[in-house]
Amino acid sequence: MGVSDILELSAEATAAAAHAGELDPGELFAFYRSRAQEPEALELNCFCWLAAGVPDGSSAAEAPLGGVPLGVKDLFCTAGAPSQSGSLMLKGYIPPYTATAVQRALDAGAPLLGKTNQDEFAMGSSTEHCAFGAVRNPWDRNRVPGGSSGGSAAAVAAGLVPWALGTDTGGSIRQPASFCGIVGLKPTYGAVSRHGMIAFASSLDQAGPLSRSVRDAALLLGAIAGRDRRDATSVGLPEPLALPQRTDLEGVTFGVARELSAQAGAQAGGIEPGVQAAFERALELAMSLGARIEEVSLPHAALALSAYYVLAPAEASSNLARFDGVRFGHRSGDERARRELYAMYAQSRSEGFGAEVKRRIMLGTYVLSAGYYDAYYGQAQKVRTLIAEDFRRLFAGEGRAARGAAAPKVDFLLTPTAATVAFELGAVQSPWQMYLNDYFTVPMSLAGIPAISIPCGLSGKPGDSASGMPIGLQIAGPAFSEGPLLEVAHALEQALGFDGSPARRHRGLGHAHVNGAGGEAGGIHQGGPA
Amino acid sequence: MIDRAQVLQIAQLARLDLSEEEVERYARELSEILTHVERIAAADVTDVAPTAHLALAEGTLRADEVQPSLARADALAGAPEASEEGFLVPSPQA
Repeated sequence: MGVSDILELSAEATAAAAHAGELDPGELFAFYRSRAQEPEALELNCFCWLAAGVPDGSSAAEAPLGGVPLGVKDLFCTAGAPSQSGSLMLKGYIPPYTATAVQRALDAGAPLLGKTNQDEFAMGSSTEHCAFGAVRNPWDRNRVPGGSSGGSAAAVAAGLVPWALGTDTGGSIRQPASFCGIVGLKPTYGAVSRHGMIAFASSLDQAGPLSRSVRDAALLLGAIAGRDRRDATSVGLPEPLALPQRTDLEGVTFGVARELSAQAGAQAGGIEPGVQAAFERALELAMSLGARIEEVSLPHAALALSAYYVLAPAEASSNLARFDGVRFGHRSGDERARRELYAMYAQSRSEGFGAEVKRRIMLGTYVLSAGYYDAYYGQAQKVRTLIAEDFRRLFAGEGRAARGAAAPKVDFLLTPTAATVAFELGAVQSPWQMYLNDYFTVPMSLAGIPAISIPCGLSGKPGDSASGMPIGLQIAGPAFSEGPLLEVAHALEQALGFDGSPARRHRGLGHAHVNGAGGEAGGIHQGGPA
Repeated sequence: MIDRAQVLQIAQLARLDLSEEEVERYARELSEILTHVERIAAADVTDVAPTAHLALAEGTLRADEVQPSLARADALAGAPEASEEGFLVPSPQA
């Protein structure tokens, strides 16, 4: 099998070729390892660590995932390999155990190719806030890949790895998948164990797949989902996932929520015309496949981003208290820090955390502090209840239509994944402007429900500054509806016929400012297989 | 609005040492973020219970059985400073 043949295979087809003995897992691993180190791949800065060689395990060809290499976001603990969560705080940190989601993928026969760059502690929507350098979008290297799972998304889109694991707290799988023209699934909260994920906001964090096809996402999710005794909130999926094969949408009702559509207007930062046009084309396509589209209302969804920016920073400020220079991570070498305990804590944290992480720790500390707790944290927790209840009603047939009348039962909700296509590095400077990237993804995170982003077209007319950038369609469903959600996503994906291959063709050097915004590129550290 | 004094107080609670430039910057940025966050005050939450954690499926507790856990040496391996027995820190009395 030739090199270009391997690159154009889905992960599923690659595994099938390995099962059939047409592809040697060792050669497959070596192919991707070598590809990830080509100069034009290095320029994307997707990886912060690559496995030094082909891992042991000659039986990989018989394993369910057939030895198809896996990219893993830096924040997953991997025994023997650095797990740094994109932070100087954890630079070089090698954990003593492996996250359950990663271990399950390894056990199913997907060897770890490398760890992928991310926004520090998963706080960001551009992967510019990474201690090991900004990641670039393979569709246009002057643009961001989205975030926080930007290294995973860019690596999959560029064909440096067939699939990858990311995490999603408020959109960190779906938005980079949208920006990079790939598939990204945030499972139901509890479907996948969080054990060994370096925590950001524990009531929201969820691991999931980034891949080039919906079937690949289903294959990888099936491997990593499951109850885990080390995560009391993990419950797994109700039944084993079958690979989706549906091609029609007869009998399926999609809701389009007024609050999560073009009518959301300025508060959402405004949906770009190109994104809106692609979204409307996707709705027409869904109808042509037999689906019904209903305009519905999620009365409290417009408050989701505001509630999220109380709840997530509050949990982050608590979770990140563990980085105190004692058990792991950076400790200040300053003279005072060596003598005084408070100085050791404060200086270690100030040196180890980046600007965005400090901002969120401060915000979280504030909303949890005496005198402000009820107005911020208490109120946000109640708004979260209202948002989750909006979704529950909508999917139970108790929802409201856009004009106040009773809405019919809706099977899934459709929104654009993000209001824009990928923006240029350094273009978004205001924190709230950056947070608006997650306007359409945060409501599902607060409700804990599954949502997938699939590519639904390219932006703009030829010659526009942002022409030819991918656009994502988000499909959300009720809790634990991953099976049917993946089926309808597959049907839409087949009908859309999105071509992601341009991102896998290297565009020559000189196309981008290699040492632009976002800090110095970290280079790839190499080590033994985890 | 968050002022300088509040930023310094929050930073102390959060165990962060901020530069002068950071104090000024976070006062401005946190104030701006809070103006957007404060929209949640508009929601009518009468008789609404808070959600701290989603209970989407019935969780089950595992049996209370002793299981192998990290060896002490492994737990200490990532520490900036440790003895064979534990983590070392500057004396709180210093």
